[in-house]
Amino acid sequence: MSAGHHHDHDHSELSPMELRVRALETVLGEKGYVDPAALDVLIDTYQSKVGPRNGAHVVARAWSDPAYKQWLLRDGSAAIASLGFQGRQGEHMVVLENTPAQHHMVVCTLCSCYPWPVLGLPPTWYKSAPYRSRAVRDPRGVLAEFGVALPEGTSIRVWDSTAEVRYLVLPMRPDGTDGLDEDELAALVTRDSMIGTGLALTPPARAR
Amino acid sequence: MAHVSHADLGGTTGHGPIVNEPEGERFHADWEPRVLAMTLAMGGTGLWNIDMSRAARESLPTYARLTYYEIWFEGLLKLMVAQGLVADDELQAGRSLHGARVLPRKLYAADVPAVLAKGAATERPATTPARFEVGDRVRMHAGEVPHHTRLPRYVRGHRGVVERVHGAHVFADAHATGRGEMPHWLYTVTFDARDLWPDASADARVSIDAWEPYMERA
Repeated sequence: MSAGHHHDHDHSELSPMELRVRALETVLGEKGYVDPAALDVLIDTYQSKVGPRNGAHVVARAWSDPAYKQWLLRDGSAAIASLGFQGRQGEHMVVLENTPAQHHMVVCTLCSCYPWPVLGLPPTWYKSAPYRSRAVRDPRGVLAEFGVALPEGTSIRVWDSTAEVRYLVLPMRPDGTDGLDEDELAALVTRDSMIGTGLALTPPARAR
Repeated sequence: MAHVSHADLGGTTGHGPIVNEPEGERFHADWEPRVLAMTLAMGGTGLWNIDMSRAARESLPTYARLTYYEIWFEGLLKLMVAQGLVADDELQAGRSLHGARVLPRKLYAADVPAVLAKGAATERPATTPARFEVGDRVRMHAGEVPHHTRLPRYVRGHRGVVERVHGAHVFADAHATGRGEMPHWLYTVTFDARDLWPDASADARVSIDAWEPYMERA
């Protein structure tokens, strides 16, 4: 806590960062630069509405509908928008299909570029130096750290999102899922499987 | 003053293990979502663009020591102070001490869903034919770039192959430095990871998305 500055009791538990953020938010509100209600809507959107279940829905549709899958791989933005997911940080979507021959993995070594409409905000590790530095140089080591060992003969393809194109991995459909409907399939699709640092779950396990 | 990015981390070493976290985890302190929201709302004023925001964050001298949303906060503050929107004494006092500027736009709560759904597409009509096509061999610009750029150091001077052509897109280098959109053709260029680093994973290829000025025919 900074010295020589009085804080009332309510603020005494707050960290210096919390105080700075509160101070800026107060100033922005007083000057009329932001609509306080807009801040609440923005937070609610990314805290409770937009997240990786959106992407899981896209993947489950692709697993269930071959025509949709072809569209998704040909024009990711349009096929994803047809399910209601579009906009900020997903304006130019490319979908990458994992196969037994090739495994795709996505990173942003320069910052934290990530397909928000389908995956929500990126997890902390995706935005942090360990992943950003090593995903391009040691992708097999990174996958091992995530508990993924690819079969012999699977090549790795790493996509560094250095422009405004955003990438979504279409994981392989697990064996033993023939009778499942789209909701049941979506429950097998993890966030990490759509970044390429994981694989889809096999039933009866479920995504968190 | 020369622009130095502290964010260009691809291939660098010594950052420690990756710490995974559950899907439901969004924020790690109550102030983090406030910073996200203020950044998005102020981005909606039209006083700067996303590339200027990235440049402000990535050139913070304290970048490596800050957490993600601390970087966002300091980047936002830097842009606002530079534009005369807030002053240090106001942040200290926790209240407005000086007059407010008139902003070009303001993001209202009722407009948030539509603004987010619209996004900000960066593809523009091409005014020149693409210089490269899929399969072309290219060599990436070598050496320093004296301003914000999206050309990672780890590919500079290296040879790659054009794998996709994405159309003409707003050129981040120009957009970040106040030179307008200056659209250029954008390509996915792939590299053999072992060509970039002798100790890289076997049987791995890496790509970046590169605007035409980043490369020449190899």
